[in-house]
Amino acid sequence: MFKLIYNGEKEKKAGKKVFGETMQKIVEQDPLAVYLDGDIMNSIGTLGLEKKFPDQVFECGIQEADMMGIAGGLSAVGKKPYVHTFAAFAARRAFDQVFISIAYAKNNVRIIGSDPGVTSAYNGGTHMPFEDICLYRAIPHSTVLEFTDSAMLASLLPTLKDRPGLTYCRLNRKEGTAIYSEDSTFEPGKANLLRDGKDVTIVACGMMVGESLKAAEILEKEGISAAVIDMFTIKPLDEEIIKEFAGKTHAFVTAENANIVGGLGAAVAAFLAETTPCPVIRVGVKDEFGQVGTPEYLAEVYGLTSKEIIEAVKKAVSMK
Amino acid sequence: MITPLKEFATDIRIQEMIEFKARGFGHTGGSLSVADCLAALYGGIMRIDPKNPQWEDRDRLVLSKGHAGPALYATLALKGYFPLEELKTLNQNGTKLPSHCDRNLTVGVDMTTGSLGQGASTACGMALGLKHSGKDARVYLILGDGECQEGQVWEMALFAAHHKLNNLIAFIDYNKRQLDGYVKDICDLGDLVAKFKSFNWYTTMIKGDDPDLIRQTVLDVQKNQGDRPGMIVLDTIKGAGVPQIENIPLNHHTNVTPEEADEIIAQLEEFKRKG
Repeated sequence: MFKLIYNGEKEKKAGKKVFGETMQKIVEQDPLAVYLDGDIMNSIGTLGLEKKFPDQVFECGIQEADMMGIAGGLSAVGKKPYVHTFAAFAARRAFDQVFISIAYAKNNVRIIGSDPGVTSAYNGGTHMPFEDICLYRAIPHSTVLEFTDSAMLASLLPTLKDRPGLTYCRLNRKEGTAIYSEDSTFEPGKANLLRDGKDVTIVACGMMVGESLKAAEILEKEGISAAVIDMFTIKPLDEEIIKEFAGKTHAFVTAENANIVGGLGAAVAAFLAETTPCPVIRVGVKDEFGQVGTPEYLAEVYGLTSKEIIEAVKKAVSMK
Repeated sequence: MITPLKEFATDIRIQEMIEFKARGFGHTGGSLSVADCLAALYGGIMRIDPKNPQWEDRDRLVLSKGHAGPALYATLALKGYFPLEELKTLNQNGTKLPSHCDRNLTVGVDMTTGSLGQGASTACGMALGLKHSGKDARVYLILGDGECQEGQVWEMALFAAHHKLNNLIAFIDYNKRQLDGYVKDICDLGDLVAKFKSFNWYTTMIKGDDPDLIRQTVLDVQKNQGDRPGMIVLDTIKGAGVPQIENIPLNHHTNVTPEEADEIIAQLEEFKRKG
């Protein structure tokens, strides 16, 4: 169950602080839980855990391919690995290792990719993953999640400890928009209806959830009633709720901080096309590489704003 | 008379030929060169129980040169993990014995391998997990020589030494040949012993065609490795024990007719009798 606290304000704590606290709790509570990082512990609030928990927390250095294989091996001897690196490296750098040594070998590993999409800001094009959702979705039997805010991170991350197979989570390590109360709980496969509506459904994940709620408020004043669904569970997709809202609104907009090729929008559009065809407009990065800039500037450049969502909604409604 | 371990190695080769005969082709060269090493490991070195293949305290083997799966399947069947008859299903549709090792298909296979370099890291992860659980089980890793062209092997070499994984012993099946030709012509590995020594591994190189020597060397490494991972470079011949396959220059993957297989099996049986 969740409680919406959205009022457009930023979170009080950065994602990295919450990640550090949560990871510590996880290894404290379960001696089988282990955490691996590839020389980015200082960037994600976990530096020092390797000294406090020398049998459970391992600094691997700059070797993502080896780290993913080590995680597979740890799972094979009964450990419950969590692995963190930047999402760009988790997806591109070590894809074959994740695919073979973790997923195909049926090892149980959680991979946390930080700095998704434009949140990697000043690290620029080399570090800006727009493709990680697409790549991880394409791995058979994978789970792909994006933490909407820090409250979700703190609540959901520990519950993934015994989840079988490969689970990939996108994580913003900075302060995002506050969406949920701290006592909210979440379940993979079950999306959250944040706002009901009858003219159009906006399906969003990550930082685009806040933008979608903002867009829906503006649209309401213009006489358009937009439902907003937080599809933090990109895979498995909550098909039930999409089906329900297809019957109710007959038009969709998707919004993601990622390339629309193979992303959340692609998943939603494919499901609708095969079940209840209706207009779907995808808001997201239109097959582009990243670049440096402030997140706000980059959101404008790549069309990841409430303004884009509003335009997409109007287009989707006009196509009904 | 040949020793019991050499007899085991010869039986592994015979069963490999039965596998290849049934399908008509396979990764013969590298499956034959590794037979003596597998005979040493499964012939007494490893702490295993074929009746309890998932035993938590067992030693593990990661055959990172996963294309030598047929050698491991022959070994496991001879040890009683599954019936010998099953070996004839190698690479048949729906088989539990695929070209490359799969821990979810084959009883007794400890890790899925085949994408070269990856078994290095999974073996390392297993050793790390066992060590930090206070378990005394060991992990054995077999790498191909061509496989050492993969950067991931060297990432693992740094990690295993840094974390003092002295419950890990690795082998390189140094058979000098890879798919496209001789390793030295394609991308030379240089002095593998010096390289692993410089990575702070306890390293030695021996002739790789004598399972009794391999066995003794493993025991010596265990005694002397201290807090270092161990590396045994095995000087082998690709296709070892079967001249008809040794003599094919590009013998990574070869065809095997039923007549050739029968002739080779008869030769190997003869070797068992006469030594």
